[in-house]
Amino acid sequence: MPGKVHVTTVINGEKREFLCQPLQTLLDVLRDELKLTGTKEGCSNGNCGACSVILDGLLVNSCLVLGAEVEGRRIETIEGVIGQDGLHPLQKAFLENAALQCGICTPGFIMAGKALLDQKPRATEAEIRHWCAGNLCRCTGYDKIVRAVLAAEKSI
Amino acid sequence: MHAFDYAAPANLTEAIGLLREKGDRARVLSGGTDLIVQVREDKRQVDLVIDAKRIPELMELRFDPGKGLTLGASVPCYRLYGSPELAKAYPGLIDAAELIGGKQIQNRASFGGNLCNSSPAADSIPALIAHSAVCRIAGPEGTRDVPVENFCLGPGKNVLKGSEILVSFFIPAAPRRFGAHYIRFIPRNEMDIAVVGCGASVELTADCRKFQRARIALGAVAPTPLLVESAAAALLNQEVGEPSIERAAAAAQAAARPITDMRGTAEYRHHLVGVLTKRALRKAIERAKEA
Repeated sequence: MPGKVHVTTVINGEKREFLCQPLQTLLDVLRDELKLTGTKEGCSNGNCGACSVILDGLLVNSCLVLGAEVEGRRIETIEGVIGQDGLHPLQKAFLENAALQCGICTPGFIMAGKALLDQKPRATEAEIRHWCAGNLCRCTGYDKIVRAVLAAEKSI
Repeated sequence: MHAFDYAAPANLTEAIGLLREKGDRARVLSGGTDLIVQVREDKRQVDLVIDAKRIPELMELRFDPGKGLTLGASVPCYRLYGSPELAKAYPGLIDAAELIGGKQIQNRASFGGNLCNSSPAADSIPALIAHSAVCRIAGPEGTRDVPVENFCLGPGKNVLKGSEILVSFFIPAAPRRFGAHYIRFIPRNEMDIAVVGCGASVELTADCRKFQRARIALGAVAPTPLLVESAAAALLNQEVGEPSIERAAAAAQAAARPITDMRGTAEYRHHLVGVLTKRALRKAIERAKEA
């Protein structure tokens, strides 16, 4: 049995250390080792985007990253999106626009939206739709989600 | 899932040493968008995963406008787009980098990984072939160079020997009046596997009236991506226009050997090869006229 890997990383601004099996993905580590269960598991093969997190400023599927790979890297998860003054504008806009039903895809969409707005605070509707091509929602359809991202842009 | 060890060597020598030790039981990890799925689904069993992203040569992205582009095998797709200089010199590569998966995939997946996975339908391979990319491979005996069109041997199979690693691509600088395009057909707008893919590049004479050079590559119509030399020959020294484009498309159709599968029938793919070759050429010509 291969030995465990010791990893030091920064998650949501806090230094974190963990031990993981080489075969554990970042998604496994976040949920099972660090109990950060806000990041959701959907397909576990890179199609649905439910497990999206931001790694060194880049949106990635945490199911397609090994836990061992994040040594020395910075990770943002849904747990870190909330600000000191309460919900992030994207989170508020999702609530106000009813951009979710079952909620499984929501953390992934919020992380995708955040990665987009961090890079392009005034993205157009077409850019939002293109950007979110890697996130699937099977409840609401995508219109309310896109409208929520557009609404969040106005309040940031 | 079969348990494996993880190593992140800091240099090529160390990586080749590990490959030499473990042979076929080791696999190089770049973006993981194929490998991690394969090991999780037990489609591939490995004892060691070698993360290449700490090896400088595999992460190199260097453009010398006089010579060309050195693209490390593990450089993620997103690093290719967003640069106006690269977009102008390597339009076909940028087309491919922008349509492989969604943002999450483009931020991780690399052209080197795409090539080593050796899928006949890989989007980056026809684009690399159209741009005359050459692979730099390193092994215990030193390095060797292989043109991309000679790299794949069959679905999932390629020329890499057990202890060899794909280091980088070298893609020559574009001459004047050069243009390229990669286009694929999928039954939706985004996020799917090519039914057929076509990469084309052309170099026109100074007055843009004749073809001086061309390369046409096809994906998903044979066990490996194909460089169709007969299609390029149909354009050489010919007038730029629909008649020569039609002849090149017919040559591409004659070279394609598609099968029928869940993504399309052989007949349908045969038809698509003609349509996509023409569209890829027209766009490449348009770009060449502006270059």
